[in-house]
Amino acid sequence: MPLRLLKYGLSRDYPVSGDIPATPELKPAYDVVIIGGGGHGLACAHHLAKYHGIKSVAVLEKGYLAGGNTARNTTTIRSNYITPEGIAFYKEGVELFERLSQELDFNVMFSQRGQLTLAHTEATMRSFHMRAEMGKHMGTRTEVVDQKGVEELCPLLNMDYGGPLEILGGLWHADGGTARHDAVAWGYAAQASRRGVEIHQRTEVQGFEVVGDRVQAVKTNRGRVACGQVLIATGGMNYDVALMAGVELPIRCYPLQAMVTQPLKPWLHTLVSSVSLHTYLVQSSRGEVVIGGGSDPYQLYSTRSTLDMKEHLAEGAVHLFPFLQGVRLLRQWAGITDMTPDYSPIMGASPLANLWLDCGWGTWGFKATPVAGKRMAQTIAEGRVPDILKPFALERFETFRLLNEMGATAASH
Amino acid sequence: MKLLTCPMNGPRNIDEFQSFGPVRARPDPNGTADREWSRHLFRAENRKGIVVEWWRHVPSNYFFLAERDLVSNEIIRTFDASQLRERA
Repeated sequence: MPLRLLKYGLSRDYPVSGDIPATPELKPAYDVVIIGGGGHGLACAHHLAKYHGIKSVAVLEKGYLAGGNTARNTTTIRSNYITPEGIAFYKEGVELFERLSQELDFNVMFSQRGQLTLAHTEATMRSFHMRAEMGKHMGTRTEVVDQKGVEELCPLLNMDYGGPLEILGGLWHADGGTARHDAVAWGYAAQASRRGVEIHQRTEVQGFEVVGDRVQAVKTNRGRVACGQVLIATGGMNYDVALMAGVELPIRCYPLQAMVTQPLKPWLHTLVSSVSLHTYLVQSSRGEVVIGGGSDPYQLYSTRSTLDMKEHLAEGAVHLFPFLQGVRLLRQWAGITDMTPDYSPIMGASPLANLWLDCGWGTWGFKATPVAGKRMAQTIAEGRVPDILKPFALERFETFRLLNEMGATAASH
Repeated sequence: MKLLTCPMNGPRNIDEFQSFGPVRARPDPNGTADREWSRHLFRAENRKGIVVEWWRHVPSNYFFLAERDLVSNEIIRTFDASQLRERA
């Protein structure tokens, strides 16, 4: 063995410890219990520990770390929404992603390559003008481009001139990008556990002990845990988990299906999305083309894939880029999305005083991982909802103050 | 291909059908507060289990009901809307 290597092997720095410690014993009580060990829950844990000095935090995860929708989403990061409240929130999310690798000391492979959304109808162009103006007003980089602009941004696109799906123009969002989903979750988990947060994998929440208007304890398959504050951040299981605490959320669950091709040379340099085709594409840093996202047309809790949906996605992808027709598919999957009536999330207070919601993330949750974590941590630490989250309150459905983002959410319906 | 048995047209590809979501009791328009209206509008049945839903066979524009398991996606039975009125 080379001497230098042996010297390293005998040094104090060896062996390097793992990023995330093994699941410890469950303590009888924590200041904060976070249900859901996905990106959002871990981001919240990180912010609680680092910025609010709250270290008695347990993250309870039914399965394994970031194995739910954090692992299944298609990693689109953008802020080109249509409501001022939505844009303000997602804009902060994009800005946090811009600094995230530094924040976490972990390479999340953020690539701000821009997102191009395509219009095949005049009606879509009109909605793009509105989104662009809203985006500019709120300080994001969002603009309408014409056919020439689309060709310049993505020369390999089939413009279908004169055809039924002719591309009339696009919405160019220079702030858009993508990042490595596992790295985001692992970066947050590593930072949080370094500061004393306990991450409990294979720990399933089975019920709540509610006394008056407070959650006294959370019942799990590994025992009872008393809690000061509780956060629900369980993605597709949000409806179920909230219901155990007696909170009925306006959520319906639909599977969202996606797939990836074999790795190819880098050729797709932006995120491309078509509203009419319900198809979007992004090339990962490994060269795989990620193709999403088909929402099933009826409610379901099953993560099976269907040939119908894969055919639909393949048809859209091959229409936009005909040379993809000979490319092989590598993997396919589905995740359960917790869809809200207005395509905006539900964040903030619940009817119980110490139970907080980070729910209703439907098909749009990954991009909000850092900002939801940061703002939910602030909410829990201060015991009140910050202004930026107030429009997303559960009560908005009772006061009919909906935040309609349906038209700005490409993945669904 | 998943089949759905339409009470009028027999077993057909589920692609020919459109889901209209779980059956909800309609509140009395004259005696319902905003809170109950919002419940009616926004909170559909989403529990893991069996739901009764409205479906439409699109080519024939025929509305009917189906009992379906939200976890296994098994369609337990389909029936004409007149039976829903009888049950109510």
